[in-house]
Amino acid sequence: MSLEKPYLDVPGTIIFDAEQSRKGYWLNQFCMSLMKAANRERFKADERAYLDEWPMTEEQKQAVLARDLNWCMRTGGNIYFLAKIGATDGKSFQQMAGSMTGMTEQEYRDMMIGGGRSIEGNRYLGEDGDAQPHRQPQGAAGQKKAA
Amino acid sequence: MAKITASVYTSHVPAIGAALDLGKTQEAYWQPVFKGYEFSKQWMKDNKPDVIFLVYNDHATAFSLEMIPTFAIGTAAQFQPADEGWGPRPVPTVIGHPDLASHIAQSVIQQDFDLTIVNRMDVDHGLTVPLSLMCGELDPKTDAWPCPVIPFAVNVVQYPVPSGRRCFMLGQAIRKAVESYDEDLNVHIWGTGGMSHQLQGARAGLINRAWDNAWLDQMIADPVGCANVPHIDYVREAGSEGIELVMWLIARGAMADVVDGKVQGSAPKVRHRFYHVPASNTAVGHLILENA
Repeated sequence: MSLEKPYLDVPGTIIFDAEQSRKGYWLNQFCMSLMKAANRERFKADERAYLDEWPMTEEQKQAVLARDLNWCMRTGGNIYFLAKIGATDGKSFQQMAGSMTGMTEQEYRDMMIGGGRSIEGNRYLGEDGDAQPHRQPQGAAGQKKAA
Repeated sequence: MAKITASVYTSHVPAIGAALDLGKTQEAYWQPVFKGYEFSKQWMKDNKPDVIFLVYNDHATAFSLEMIPTFAIGTAAQFQPADEGWGPRPVPTVIGHPDLASHIAQSVIQQDFDLTIVNRMDVDHGLTVPLSLMCGELDPKTDAWPCPVIPFAVNVVQYPVPSGRRCFMLGQAIRKAVESYDEDLNVHIWGTGGMSHQLQGARAGLINRAWDNAWLDQMIADPVGCANVPHIDYVREAGSEGIELVMWLIARGAMADVVDGKVQGSAPKVRHRFYHVPASNTAVGHLILENA
């Protein structure tokens, strides 16, 4: 019998469960290492060499080098761990979260000041809210793609 | 005997800590957030506790994926503010209460909750931001927090986090533990985290004002019903990180109107209630409840 996973039909959301955690173990532990200033320096000096010290998959390393947080999450990353990469880069949590939506920093900030993303249409996969897969990327980037 | 007299609930958004530490509290963006805590700072002075039992979650700071305790109680004499990648927050060292903490650990474990006992741990923004909001800005060297703090960390990083129901039951066990401590101590219990927010994926930035406020209403008036809200409702309605709200139910379960899992006494007094959107990615919620 399989485990109950009622959260798989929430759009634009990956729940960090035991399966994701197993997949992302070394990716997240690499992120954790960036809590130490000396490791941040070594990573910044030669990212690829530093990543090669960790038993991560090549895909995980590429996702980190590309700073593609959605890609990192798909390969098992957890946002609280990935935030250490952002801190190393001098990015705020808002910049990091915004980067996953395709919106520019200003667009995302404006959305938050306007009361945040609406829940309407964003509860279940298959609805028509702005977080649904068929409406990515969001913001001006998405309009450009549609045009 | 020791007694829990009040509970405090608040979000612990890291950007609030950064706004405090970088002197941005007077900026138009932040003013409404800090205004919501003006009453609370005065209330803290007028109702100074002897000990704060502070329920929060660690954000991949003290606990990596090497160890993931569901419930961890800090029994150390002191706890240092953690370096979360930007350097430690410039706030005073958190002084613990090893004697009461160890007493609570023993009592709560005997009531069938398997706590992890932690004698060395740094504390991150999850713990220090609520303290700053309630106590104001303090100098890390020359000032001190108003009283000892017992950190109580709940895993909300790796799914599954403990259910609301279990958190609510745990709160009741903590109250029993406190009340079996001989020394006369005025104890406050704080539940932190939330409210609606999602920090990841295409749905990042989700805020659900209507759900948050309905949840607050229910947590105050019908905590048993609120404790039965399943995980998936939090995830779907309040965002993947909105699940932190289960921690508020630990504090609510420790209030005097909850007896044997049911509401039997008089409802607590709502001394203060505040809600604001946004602080960075998050809806800020805040409550102060006093036992009737």
